[in-house]
Order: sequence, then structure tokens, then C-alpha cells
Amino acid sequence: MKKVYLDHNATTPVHPEVLEVMLPYFKEKFGNPSSIHGFGREAKVALEEARERVASLLGASSNEIFFTCGGTESDNLAVKGTAYANRKKGLHIITSKIEHHAILESCKFLEKEGFVITYLPVDSLGVVDPKELGKAIREDTTLVSIMYVNNEVGSIQLIEELSKITKEKEIYFHTDAVQAMGKIPINVKKLNNIDMLSMSGHKINGPKGVGAIFIRKGVRITPWSHGGHHERSRRAGTENVPGIVGFAKALELAVRDVEDQNKHLKELTEIFYRKLTEAIPDVILNGDLNQRVFNTLNLSFKGVEGESMILSLDLKGVAVASGSACTSGTLEPSHVLSAMWIAPEIAQGAIRFSFGRDNTMEDVEYVASILPEMVSRLRSMSPLYAKEK
Amino acid sequence: MYSAKVMEHFQNPRNVGEIKDADGVGEIGNAVCGDIMKLYIKVKENRILDAKFKTFGCGAAIATSSMVTELVIGKTLEEAEKISRDTVAEALDGLPPIKMHCSNLAADALHKAIEDYRSKKRIKEQK
Repeated sequence: MKKVYLDHNATTPVHPEVLEVMLPYFKEKFGNPSSIHGFGREAKVALEEARERVASLLGASSNEIFFTCGGTESDNLAVKGTAYANRKKGLHIITSKIEHHAILESCKFLEKEGFVITYLPVDSLGVVDPKELGKAIREDTTLVSIMYVNNEVGSIQLIEELSKITKEKEIYFHTDAVQAMGKIPINVKKLNNIDMLSMSGHKINGPKGVGAIFIRKGVRITPWSHGGHHERSRRAGTENVPGIVGFAKALELAVRDVEDQNKHLKELTEIFYRKLTEAIPDVILNGDLNQRVFNTLNLSFKGVEGESMILSLDLKGVAVASGSACTSGTLEPSHVLSAMWIAPEIAQGAIRFSFGRDNTMEDVEYVASILPEMVSRLRSMSPLYAKEK
Repeated sequence: MYSAKVMEHFQNPRNVGEIKDADGVGEIGNAVCGDIMKLYIKVKENRILDAKFKTFGCGAAIATSSMVTELVIGKTLEEAEKISRDTVAEALDGLPPIKMHCSNLAADALHKAIEDYRSKKRIKEQK
């Protein structure tokens, strides 16, 4: 059976070049970077070279890059770390309703600790209005954390404008850029009002279990894991050297190929969308065709529930994700789609198609060819579609 | 995560559709939780002659709907009333724990359909 993977916002395969540079650090170059002997020094050199490479790819200096075990840890460190370090200045933090759970759950934790959180709304396309941020800022606001790109609908936030507002008020600005890496060129020299930026390896054809955070020089932040003096005392724990080496390579390839990939993914997703809307009535686009990262398309097929679509596609070898409650382990539809004021029955049917660098036009044609029958089969069973027709 | 039997019923659901002159209809669920089920029954001399369903929902919701129609056709109303959520789940070789409460609504829809049939019958008899 043909297999088509369209769930790249969940994770991506490791690029062969990335795997290749990692392998020696599992085997002969296995040393602990904190050791002073030859094995350790060899690992330390690799670690610092990776840091320098990541820094230069982002326009940062190497002492502003800290490796973590992934996007979630980076987000936790940014939110909780700055909240605690600056609690004398204030207890108010601003984020949005459509953040990743790593941010939202960190904020919920802080609420229990006495912090006050404002969750900014988004418009129907999943974008935070900078005016809303301006209105929400208080005297005691210490941090604003807004994601660069939303993982479910691919909406791109107005990071430059948002971070300009916080800069004027001397408030830290953090962005979760996990879904933006490799899709939008990112340079923190240009985006000079950003104070912190979270990254993840496995979303950019790197390995799982590794990520990084850019923390601009001078930002007051409390470490969140305690132990040895790794990562300049910001993050204790022996560094995942093979992962970090792989991450640096993955980022290098992602930055190198960003333009080509965008062209490729824009073409694939636009043709895919056109084919589907031509063949299937009542297809709803959640988000915007232009204000999005080009790999992501979030669609609802009216009258059809998301999990039953995932199962149907899976039986044909196609992997996608859904905003349905059934797939999230909760009883409510996606918080992102709800924040976009999308009706529950449409949100329950949302399917996220997220393309990646290995997808081809053949994949698009295959999935577009099998979808119409699937949708009409499920619609023929649906009490919601019959009602309207 | 689903049993082979659930997947089989999901792929080839039995008794999909509506009964235009149904004697009882049971509707249950809402869009917020993600499952909406509508069950139609045809009753003659206290026995369920036919049952059909329409369901908006996940694989478990569709499979339990299909299974309940299969279990119920030919049964007396009293026998049908004994069919519970657990009966349906067992007949499908089990459901994942999270689906036991959120998507296992077919038995409830059946009970509502029987209730609907009985209340219609009472109204008719009063006339």
C-alpha cells in the first residue's frame, strides 16, 4: 500500500545528512562534555561548534543559545524562568489563547502560584491583533509570550509589531518558534525586540529529544532544572551531544533550503486545496490561504467528524491529524479552533494536512483522489449533513 | 487502538440510513463533545422489525451505532431495553477506555427511541 505522511507538524523524519553527523557521537565520540580528558574535550568541541553554528544561523551570539530537550522545555524555561526572576517587578504575564500546551500549561501552573495571566484572543484567521496586546499591558506585566506560527492552522503572528510594543514598555518578549523554523527565515538581529525564542529539533528533520532556546544577553531568567553548571547554569544535565550535533545540522539545512521549500510546499498545498475544493462540496478552510506557513492546510469537511476521517485515511496509508476532541484525549474540540470562533461541529471535523520536504505532487494526487469517496461515505452516515441538504 | 471488530463495523456499518415512517426515533449527543447519533426503529407487535442509524462521530461512535442496530433487530422491546452500553462494547470486543463514556452512546439512543415509541403509542391510545 502507498504511504503518504502528511503530519509534519507533529514530527518529521530525520534527514539522512543529519543522521550521518550524529552517529559518531553515539559511538567512538561518546564523551561527556564536562569531562576534562580527551573524550570529554572531543565532545565539548562538538557541542560548542554546534552552538556557534546555531547562533550564526539565527544571527545570535553563541552565549545566547542554550540547548534543551525540546520545544516544551524551552517554553517552560522561558515562561516560568522569566516569571520567577522578575516577580518583584510584577506578576502579570500575557500570552494568547492559541498557544501550544507547553505555554498554556506553564501559565496555568503560574496562575496557581499567584501570577495573573491574560490570554489574548485571535481573529477568525487565528491571528493576534497587536492592538489587543497594547490594551492588555499593565504596569506589572513582565512577559509576553506569543507563538510565531500556530501548529494547528499555520497562522503567522505579527511578531515584529508585537515585540515592538513590548520593547517600548520594557517587557520581555518570548516567541515559541517551533513551527516557524525552516518555514520563515528567522534572524534575531533583525527581530531585535525578541528576547527569547524556542526551537525544536524534530520538527525540522532533526532528532527528537533536543531543542534550544535563544535568550538575549541581559534577560533575567531563573533556571528551571538544577544540578551541574551545564549550559551556563541555565539548564542542568549532561548535554545530549549527538542530538545537539544533529539539531545544528538540521537547522543548517532548514535555513539553507527555506526558500526552495516554501516554493515547493506552496505549490503542493495550493494544488491540493484546489483539487479538493473542485471535487468535494462544502470544504471549509480553517485559517487563511495566504497568511499561513505554506506546509499547513487545516480543512473541515462539513458534516464529517475528524477522527473518522483520520481512520479512513489511515486505512489507505495516509497520516494526518485532527482538531477533534476524540483525538486529543479531551472532551472538547481544539482550543485553537474554538478561539477562532469556529463552530464546534466544524472544529470537530478539522483535519490538519501538514506537508514536508519529502512530499511530492504524486502524494497530492493520491490523497486528493481518495478523499472524495471517503467524505461522501461518511456524509451519507451523518445526521448533520442530511439535515442541511 | 480499536479492536478488529470495531474497525470492521466502522468500515462496513450495518443499517445506515433513516426510516421515513419510523415508530420511534432516539437522538443523543452534541457537537461540542463530538458525537451525534440518531436511531430509528420500526416496531410491530412489541418486536423491533427494523432499525437504522445516522451518526456524526468518531470510529467508536459509528461502530457502536452499527452494532446496536444489529443487536436489536428481531428483539422484543423488553429484550432491547436490556441492551446496555456495556453490552454494545462487549459485542465489539471492547472499546478504548476514553471512548467508553464519550462515544458509547448507541444504547442510550436505543432507549430513547423505545421511549419515543411508547409515548407516541400512549398518545394514540388516549385518542
